[in-house]
Amino acid sequence: MSHLQPVPSGDPSPESSGVAALAGLLRRSARGDEQAFAELYDATSARVHGLVLRVVRDPAQSEEVTQEVFLQIWRTAARFDESKGSALAWMMTLAHRRAVDRVRAAEAVNRQDTTYHQSTHVVSHDSTAEAAEHSMEARRVRAALAELTPVQREALELAYFGGYTHTEVATMLDLPVGTAKTRIRDGLIRLRDAMGVGQ
Amino acid sequence: MSAHEIHALSGAYAVDALDDLERARFETHLAACAECQAEVAGLQDTTLLLAGLSDTAPAPELRAKILADIKTVRPLPPVLARITPPRQRRWTNLVAAAAVLGVIGGGTAIWQNTHQPTSSTPSNVQADRIMQAADVQLFNAKVGQNASASLFRSKEIGKAVIVTRDMTAAPSGRVYELWLRDKTGSLRPAGLMTGRGNAEVVLTGDAVDATGAAVSVEPAGGSKSPTTSPIAIFDFKQST
Ligand SMILES: [Zn+2]
Repeated sequence: MSHLQPVPSGDPSPESSGVAALAGLLRRSARGDEQAFAELYDATSARVHGLVLRVVRDPAQSEEVTQEVFLQIWRTAARFDESKGSALAWMMTLAHRRAVDRVRAAEAVNRQDTTYHQSTHVVSHDSTAEAAEHSMEARRVRAALAELTPVQREALELAYFGGYTHTEVATMLDLPVGTAKTRIRDGLIRLRDAMGVGQ
Repeated sequence: MSAHEIHALSGAYAVDALDDLERARFETHLAACAECQAEVAGLQDTTLLLAGLSDTAPAPELRAKILADIKTVRPLPPVLARITPPRQRRWTNLVAAAAVLGVIGGGTAIWQNTHQPTSSTPSNVQADRIMQAADVQLFNAKVGQNASASLFRSKEIGKAVIVTRDMTAAPSGRVYELWLRDKTGSLRPAGLMTGRGNAEVVLTGDAVDATGAAVSVEPAGGSKSPTTSPIAIFDFKQST
């Protein structure tokens, strides 16, 4: 098992591993290379788990979801197509979808006695984001988020970090039905342009 | 939902803020709309920036657990390009992405950008109308180990369409037969399907009063009632 020990690294963030490197690790994982998968895990587990935890919140459940996400990555690595997006985008989209599925499934179970509380508006940034807070990129993203209108920002955060549907977001923010999706889209586009994504 | 309205779902799609039905509809649209494909790709990349705000390492034990787990899980093979008519190819990609990641049957999916041109045959036009109908209902089922199917029904149009993914071809001399279950619980023939790869088939017969649908393996030419137990069952009471 010694070959599966963590790879020592000063900065285990996905960025430091390089986009090409992650895609390579994913391809090797698809061929059953457990060492490559271990490296992939080391490079991305904090990013994946951080997002899952942000959405799911409950630490025990979040760990289950993170585990499911990595097993799904292992199982379906061969279906990743580099020409259609980065490895990290593929993994994070998958992680987010699973986290959202988890909170919605839990909510469906509890639907009878649950109403949306106004207090859930506040998406906490504090607890989980300390490490990232110091990175340059995180500061730039926060600055770009601050440039959104309050409604755009809140709608985007409720959808992405809260796992709410745009219809739920509209109700939570007292927006006319059908406008939350526009706020979410506008907010993302503004963020995309401010950060120069895809240029 | 008009074409204009459906484009506007791109942002909500990128952050998974659509309900299951909206998601299925949008993915149908997405497979054919280059504009939305480009926009969604860019917006999904943008969400990566948000994801980067929360890095938190999981408990160290999780690593060993996951690395032990993968030893018992076989990685799936790649999806091989199949020679299919253009229209079918659009679904191949769409449903491939969904099925690979397990959205069909209640899991998780990622759409991956594809730029396939589409062409439409009359039956596919009808399939599109059903899937885009205001009152459309979506039902999902697993077919065996690896295949899956989605069934869309519109009572307004009175029809249902089944979309399958990763079915193996029916054994030689056999076909897949589609069934609609009537109020008395009997299965009525609703068409045949060869089943190889991926397909999109409008069920024959009236789907308005049907209480469910099923797929079974039957002798070539089909049967009047199922001679084997169904390999997939859709219960219309469990609409999403
Ligand atoms: Zn579009």
